[in-house]
Amino acid sequence: MARSPRTSTRPAALAAALVVSGLLATAGCSAGGSTAAAEGTPGPGGELTFALASDPVCVDPQQRANNDAIYPARQLVDSLTDEDPETGEIVPWLATSWDINEDATEFTFHLREDATFSDGTPVDAQAVRDNFDAIVRLGAQAPLGSGYLAGYVGTTVADAHTARVAFEQPNAQFLQATSTFSLGLLARSTTSLPAAERCTDHLVGSGAFVLEEYRPNQVVVETRREDYAWGSSLWRHRGPAYLEKLTFRVIPESGVRTGALQSGQVDAIGGVAPQDEQGLADAGFRVQSRSNPGLPFGLSANLARPALRDERVRRAVQAAVDRQEVVDTVLSPSFVPATSALAHTTHTYADLSGALAHDPEEAKRLLTEAGWEPGPDGVRVKDGERLSLTVLWTENFGPNENVLQLLQQQLKEAGVELRLRTAPLADFLAEREAGDYDFTWGNTTRTDPDIMRTQYSAALTNYGHLPADSTLEELLQGQNAATDAGERAGLSARAQRELLERAVAVPVFELTTVLGLADRVHDLDFEASSRIQLHDTWVS
Amino acid sequence: MSGRRVTGRAARGRLRRAAGRGLGFVAWRLLQALLVLWAAFTLAFGVLYLLPSDPVTIMASGGGEATSVTEEQLADLRAEYGLDQSAWRQYATRLLDAAHGDFGASVQTGEPVRRVIAEALPPTVQLTATALVLAVVGGAGLALAATYTRLRRLRQLLLSLPAAGVSAPTFWVGLLLIQVVSFRWGLLPAIGQDGWRSLVLPSLTLSLPSGAVLAQVFARSLRTALAEPWAETARAKGASRLRVHFAHAARNAALPPLTVAGLLLGNLLSGSVVVETVFSRAGLGRTTAQAVGAQDIPLVLGVVAFGAAVYVLANLLVDLCYPLLDPRVRAGRAVTA
Repeated sequence: MARSPRTSTRPAALAAALVVSGLLATAGCSAGGSTAAAEGTPGPGGELTFALASDPVCVDPQQRANNDAIYPARQLVDSLTDEDPETGEIVPWLATSWDINEDATEFTFHLREDATFSDGTPVDAQAVRDNFDAIVRLGAQAPLGSGYLAGYVGTTVADAHTARVAFEQPNAQFLQATSTFSLGLLARSTTSLPAAERCTDHLVGSGAFVLEEYRPNQVVVETRREDYAWGSSLWRHRGPAYLEKLTFRVIPESGVRTGALQSGQVDAIGGVAPQDEQGLADAGFRVQSRSNPGLPFGLSANLARPALRDERVRRAVQAAVDRQEVVDTVLSPSFVPATSALAHTTHTYADLSGALAHDPEEAKRLLTEAGWEPGPDGVRVKDGERLSLTVLWTENFGPNENVLQLLQQQLKEAGVELRLRTAPLADFLAEREAGDYDFTWGNTTRTDPDIMRTQYSAALTNYGHLPADSTLEELLQGQNAATDAGERAGLSARAQRELLERAVAVPVFELTTVLGLADRVHDLDFEASSRIQLHDTWVS
Repeated sequence: MSGRRVTGRAARGRLRRAAGRGLGFVAWRLLQALLVLWAAFTLAFGVLYLLPSDPVTIMASGGGEATSVTEEQLADLRAEYGLDQSAWRQYATRLLDAAHGDFGASVQTGEPVRRVIAEALPPTVQLTATALVLAVVGGAGLALAATYTRLRRLRQLLLSLPAAGVSAPTFWVGLLLIQVVSFRWGLLPAIGQDGWRSLVLPSLTLSLPSGAVLAQVFARSLRTALAEPWAETARAKGASRLRVHFAHAARNAALPPLTVAGLLLGNLLSGSVVVETVFSRAGLGRTTAQAVGAQDIPLVLGVVAFGAAVYVLANLLVDLCYPLLDPRVRAGRAVTA
């Protein structure tokens, strides 16, 4: 769209403008002046309607961890740093530079001086302190942020634009954490409020968009901040966002989302089901995808269970899984099989596909070696016990059940019975606590390798009952204490190998964020965690 | 159907007896209503309390992702919501507050429960009221047409429609309507709630099962009424077939479907969960489903109490309508049942 004086653009008007500009183009006329954005040129103006798969419930980026809340919430706030999705490098955003002390316990951020929150207050060192203090106070209500700030001693305001954050223990992951939405900065008028009052309203950030309204189960509306000038160093253009208005519509049914895109009722949709991808592509829509960094979807072993205490049994399961078959038969070409304990988009990912090769003979050999002999019904037996393993899972991803049923068949060939036990999220959490299962099934999104520590450290929740004195634990703690990038990458790679070789983690496929986009939507970018960043997005 | 007719007669009997007692009737109905409200509240609390997880764990789970929230942080939050107290104490506190009309704040968002319900209510009232009108008009129309027509094949076709309507799953009907009417023909919007156009498809979907039940009940009681001796008498006295059908029989046959209509209000409210999801509408149904998923105890209790109140009120209204339709009830004359 051209940089038109129009303040509100209705879809019909837009369509009309499109037709007109199309006619002009075919007639060989100039659309008049250099301000008009031709089909291939980004330019300001227009609106975007994006369909969310579920209600955000709360659009506070510091409180929420679900995609459908993050999509709108991410646009409201800026972060101290940003992370390059390609290289994993941490680059300037609100902070122009930073220093980290020798043992990764102190982080000093030097802030740019021109940024303001949308209520006019400055984004300064005091604001950094207010935010981190508030997140620690939120505690369990900021489940991600308060974890990133574990061992927080406090923030010192060295001068108006220099903030020093100190921790009790080494916390190397903290630098990457400052690039996430969870530690995105909000104005004091927000951070001083209790959690409950900053969910649907009163969310004042310094981001390229400002919250206009959030009506639960319906819509989140955001408008462009006209004086925005402190974007991430990664973005394609400086200054305010191109789009004038963002409308996030909640459309829970996946078939309705797809239809709404095809019938032009929305411009972009999230949560595209694997089975709908081909249809969308055939109908001329763009299917855009990116693997989520972090822990791939897979099985995590519970070492408190007798059968799985034997490493050979776990390794047999590792070898019996045919990851390529899972992707080919149940998922879509957007997905890739797991090739490590971390997804390939994660910082310091190491390709360990060799350790995850499908090898049914090896699986059988390992089981025989462990004393599990073929039984009468095809399931192996030892001391009268059948090799029957229970996996606890919840429906947080549509194809879960089909994937697990396929795994069931694959393991059966090796003589392992896999029993599927599903529960709604609430019951899943309670049962995970109770520990009466052999594997849990799930994934977690984060770009920093420290996510391995969150999931597998014996010092944290440790649902897998891993021993506290192991090489793995040393590596997990070590990578979070290492400030040298090369050293940290090395420790992370060894931790990934350890997780796979001890078969504590049986990763299967990388969760992939799949969006469906109308033709007129351009440059809708994924940030490092595969969530959307709409500053550079434009419509034609 | 005999069960429903008995219900109708029993209610009429109660009413007749009560009519003599005047104020006693109102007091009795109020007490009954309070009892129902209390029972619903208590049952809902019991179920929520027995569920294995708790709202704080769910909220801190980040949707099932790996987080490093500590036990102390969880305990702090539980204390904040009073979830660390004994079941009895929580029950007593919540019941006492509820009696004063205070249902506390939603655990998910911290908004007062009363406000959450007040905001979710208008679109659901719009939806269910429209659906109720469609169900009554459609159901009664179908029953009248089916019993009036002399064409055997048409009658059989019309009489078989309600069975199909009752058995078609609501979400399936909704998706079908969306696919055809909205996506293929582009006639009506498939999502949202802007204006009457967005109300057509969802209310039609929601009215289908209720309309079908009404049609079934009404058609049956119409046929019974038409077979009564007085219908014969009316015809013998020269009343036209149309008049006997619509004036005499329809009025006499209206009590059973009216009783059912009061009960159907519950169906409509529960049906709104599915319809609001399929048609991407906000409302009480979606709010309830979400609250249950998150085990948002205060919000669920508020919704249950509200739903029970509506239900009680609706059935009270139905009871009060009997005298308008049935002169025997109005006059308070006893007729052996």
